Amino acid sequence: MQAVNYARATDVDDAIRLLSEGGQNARVLAGGTDLIVQARERTRKVDLLVDVKHVEEFMVLEFDSSTGLKVGAATPLYQVYGDNNVKINYPAIVDASTVIGGKAIQGRASLGGNLGNSSPAGDSLPAMIVLGGVATIAGPNGRREVPVGEFCTGPGRNVLESGELIVYINFPPVGDGEGAAWERFIPRNEMDIAVASAGAWVKIEDGSVTDARIALGAVAATPLVASDAAEALIGKPLTDETISAAGDAASEIANPITDMRGSIKQRKHLAKVLTERTIRTAVERIR
Amino acid sequence: MIPEPKVVNTIINGDSKQILISERDSLLEALRDRIGMTGAKEGCNNGNCGACAVIMDGRLVNSCCVMAAEVEGAEIMTVEGLASRDELHPLQAEFLDNAALQCGICTPGFLMSSYALLQENPNPTEEETRFWLAGNLCRCTGYDKIIDSVLTVAKG
Amino acid sequence: MHWLRQNYRFSTYGRQGLDKKAQLIGELSIMVATEKPQYKIIGTRPRRPDGVDKVTGRAQYGADIKLEGLLYGAVLRSPHAHALIKSIDTSKAEALDGVHAVITNADLVGSGQTFTPTTAEAIESGTYWQALEPGKASPRWGAENILAGPKVLYHGHAVAAVAADDVHIAQDALELIDVEYEILPHVVDVQDAMLDGAPILHPQLRTGVRAAGVDTRSDIETNLASHMRLESGDIEKGFAAADLTIEREFTSSQFHQGYIEPQNATAFWSHDGRINIWTSTQGSFMARDATADVLGVPVAQVKVVPMEIGGGFGGKIPIYLEPMAAVLSKKSSRPVKMWMDREAVFQATGPTASSYSKVKIGVTNDGTITAAECLFAMGAGGYPGSPVGAGVMCALAPYKIDNQVIDGLDVVLNTPKTSAYRAPGAPATEYAVESVMDEIAEQLDMDPIDLRLVNVAEEGVKNSSGTPWPKIGAKDVLEAMKSHPHYLSEIQGEDVGRGIAIGFWFNGGMESSSSARVNKDGSIALILGSVDIGGSRASISMQLAETLGVTYEQIAPQVTDTDSVGYTAVTGGSRTTFAGGWVAYELGQMIKAEMISRASKIWDISGDEITYSDEGTVVGPDDAEGNKRAFSFNELAGKLQATGGLIAVSASSSHTTQGAAYGGHIVDLKVDRDTGKTEILRYTAVQDVGTAIHPDYVEGQIQGGIAQGVGMALNEEYYYDSDGHLMNASFLDYRVPVANDLPMLDVEMVEVPNPGHPFGVRGVGEVPIVPPQPTIRNAIYDAIGVRFYHTPMSPRRVLDELL
Repeated sequence: MQAVNYARATDVDDAIRLLSEGGQNARVLAGGTDLIVQARERTRKVDLLVDVKHVEEFMVLEFDSSTGLKVGAATPLYQVYGDNNVKINYPAIVDASTVIGGKAIQGRASLGGNLGNSSPAGDSLPAMIVLGGVATIAGPNGRREVPVGEFCTGPGRNVLESGELIVYINFPPVGDGEGAAWERFIPRNEMDIAVASAGAWVKIEDGSVTDARIALGAVAATPLVASDAAEALIGKPLTDETISAAGDAASEIANPITDMRGSIKQRKHLAKVLTERTIRTAVERIR
Repeated sequence: MIPEPKVVNTIINGDSKQILISERDSLLEALRDRIGMTGAKEGCNNGNCGACAVIMDGRLVNSCCVMAAEVEGAEIMTVEGLASRDELHPLQAEFLDNAALQCGICTPGFLMSSYALLQENPNPTEEETRFWLAGNLCRCTGYDKIIDSVLTVAKG
Repeated sequence: MHWLRQNYRFSTYGRQGLDKKAQLIGELSIMVATEKPQYKIIGTRPRRPDGVDKVTGRAQYGADIKLEGLLYGAVLRSPHAHALIKSIDTSKAEALDGVHAVITNADLVGSGQTFTPTTAEAIESGTYWQALEPGKASPRWGAENILAGPKVLYHGHAVAAVAADDVHIAQDALELIDVEYEILPHVVDVQDAMLDGAPILHPQLRTGVRAAGVDTRSDIETNLASHMRLESGDIEKGFAAADLTIEREFTSSQFHQGYIEPQNATAFWSHDGRINIWTSTQGSFMARDATADVLGVPVAQVKVVPMEIGGGFGGKIPIYLEPMAAVLSKKSSRPVKMWMDREAVFQATGPTASSYSKVKIGVTNDGTITAAECLFAMGAGGYPGSPVGAGVMCALAPYKIDNQVIDGLDVVLNTPKTSAYRAPGAPATEYAVESVMDEIAEQLDMDPIDLRLVNVAEEGVKNSSGTPWPKIGAKDVLEAMKSHPHYLSEIQGEDVGRGIAIGFWFNGGMESSSSARVNKDGSIALILGSVDIGGSRASISMQLAETLGVTYEQIAPQVTDTDSVGYTAVTGGSRTTFAGGWVAYELGQMIKAEMISRASKIWDISGDEITYSDEGTVVGPDDAEGNKRAFSFNELAGKLQATGGLIAVSASSSHTTQGAAYGGHIVDLKVDRDTGKTEILRYTAVQDVGTAIHPDYVEGQIQGGIAQGVGMALNEEYYYDSDGHLMNASFLDYRVPVANDLPMLDVEMVEVPNPGHPFGVRGVGEVPIVPPQPTIRNAIYDAIGVRFYHTPMSPRRVLDELL
């Protein structure tokens, strides 16, 4: 492990102070399942780990049917997907968080960590985007809110300024006629980074799709909001044709690379397949 | 010399311990190199094989992805704490009787993961068991007898 | 398929002894020539002696060792695939607080016995690059794979090593070592490496040609280390007589053994020159001899203590860290522990070879093979020595083919030096042959198993090397497959297909040594030279107990170091239960003879009148008063001290009567056309296991081999970027099967006893890795009509074919 020190924050302000005073190589330690590995493999320069897991605000899990779901940035995934309110109201989060890295990883990893790591293939990101997730960020200059879809700016890069950290992520309440789902493709049945992933959220009223959100993972430098794909559904009844059109639009907007995990051809194809599958699952879940 | 030395107070397998670690240590390194508890194994050191799995504050974690300094005030359970004074845990006994280990290097990790599974879900299906144990790699057995053993203990 | 797990399916000898459970579920039995003896211990499933330690975390694997004053080692590895080393500056690393020693290849200088050091003078004067004799290796290469000489030959090639107080300081020290490289063009593909103009790895290498009538030159710079050929009959005549000839080309990737425990070694070089090494190795004697070679010291100076080992599959036969740890220890006067990180394991320890194959088979319309012509080229990695020779010998082994020519090419390239990996060479070559056989069966509209049966090799048939087969189980395996419920069942569902293939491996003999001491209570200490990777303490003890008619529990086996037992070859080659069992049997005979001799002393009669019964009792004729005279083993053991002392016996033997192994696999799978992903639905392996000493461990070996073969078939491979860097050196992207990638794996064991072993043992561990690639390839064709010519048949490649 490179030369790191460890500090335990006592509250949010203390965390911000430690981060700011620690300098540009101080990092927030949530579950550590990405950060500790990166620090050890020396792919990320780290000299101070600021452990936020002993501060309640970072570890919350609160649901209210009128205000929605609030998940602390460091709340471990096993708590999130183990919660009945999450299972019933936000199954797309369960779809993603139950497959991130295996059970031992899920004992520690968090949605905030997944977001902060800002990998284009981050499993939970398309799910959080289509659910309308908004991250509350705190820093030396106070707090601000950033929709999850606007958080990542490039592979491993995001909008956080020096001294800033994610405190929690809010998801709006779920209304009638809404359903969402997330799915990824991996070559094995677990333990792989997504080759491609898709999240879909659909709202159907009086037999027509009145609103939709589609997001794609691992097919661009950041998670993609596929507005054209959503547009293909909105304002009409949901049919095989509209679903297929949404899939085509997703494939069109996908801008993947060819690397050791997948080819451009394969990823563009999967963007279509997964978009169509998640739309169908989302619709099945509408109450 | 230990770089960045730190004293950590923790409970391991029910025993209170005060251990001297480096702030650069992972929990796995602290267990193995600082206090000589070598039951947890290093297979990959990046969370992909489960050979280092232990239970921390009641949850299954990969000890290579936990910093040693983090366990201040925490409770850890390792494979060394699975058997009681008089007898093996049913999982250990069944693994032995059912040949669920060949080289045995993945066995501590599988035992901890299986233990955690049965705490969470005392009667899993084969599919649930395989999914839960997907984070533990075995290269010798093809997984058959491991899954079989866990299902047998669950039924018994 | 869960019911198959509860009811252990077991084919036995003849109609007698049919497993009761098997009868209840309407099992089929296999008719086998001889009647199986009623063993008391062989065929049972006792707990292994090292088991409790392994499930409680107490077993000491190599990296678990604790020694006073231990230092930790770390290795600096090449970032380039092919480069000259211009200079190495270790001064800053040496100056770092907490660092005790830094070494490079220049430190691997011993007393010059068998080893010729790589010196700067030799390189500068050009003598280093002088042409070697054709087919010969340089005496420097062994040490240069440990720590690079004038060149680095693959991404990850070790360049320097340090020993420090702590792993963190050791890693810090690596960053302070300055190496100046001159990057050279590289080649990582076996076909590219054979082209004119390919980058040359070893300018001094000349091709060894062991083939008549080929135009391969042995006088030019090349990457072709050797060209061998096996031939018999007349293939021109053979092909002329064929009604149908199919010729196909195949390629397969490099695959790594993927053992979960990385390589490790701890060494202490004491002031009297004794070098103690603790390591997880498949062969402590091989490790000792190889380490002594590299260090240039007498073998007697080195003692290797084999620790428990976390998997090997052939990959822990070579040495990597042992000499480094030893020299670091010498320089620091402290014990030094080293282990590889996972990235180094993939980058720098031998995977198996990548391959290019060309197979041409001609048949008459009834399926009889009239001729076969094959070419196999394998990538040896940075230094010669791919398993192409073994692959050549196995390729056509299941079949009777009078007219055949098989060429094997060993090619060096800028990838890690290969090591044995479970039936090395055979998966690649037999994949190609079994794939062509499947295409032949289709074109002749023949059942694929029937096609094999028409051509199957039997006792007396000559193999590719020209020697006749002894008793083998190939036909028994095929017949068992044909009548298996899996094969007889209906295939159901869309895009679901079934495939079969058969595989062969010859299994090793070689030398094993053991000794045994009978204690006064009848317990027996069994000292083994064989490292125990998967239960051989148990299987060898069982054979000794069976021989002596005593209980399994009274045998106390122990694996010991190279000073304490006779030479024992590696645990590998599917030889340990065979060879270890032979020696155990011999020890048993020696103990029996000695027991009779002691009874003869006690009863004051001739030994000729005394017998040793199957129950372990020593029986003599009634005495003058008509009293029975008999001692149980334990009773007589109690009298040993008074009659000449406790019994201590040793044996070393080398048997060439190992039995070959045949396996046949059946798979049902489904291919998702939208994603290219293959799901294994049902898998059955039928294998001739000789005699299953401990059936659970035999079954476990087969299941493990299947899983590795499935990995090769579907998702495992080595990815290189355009600079020759290995991109997927981690378990994240080197995709071995995980628990939910596989269903339960059904094993049907056919017992065709090996007449060359007292208990009929054949090796079982390797052949199961051979059939999966073609079995799955043939099933994918059945499912979606696509024939693949490369493994792995990953989802990406399947989609490429479908889109």
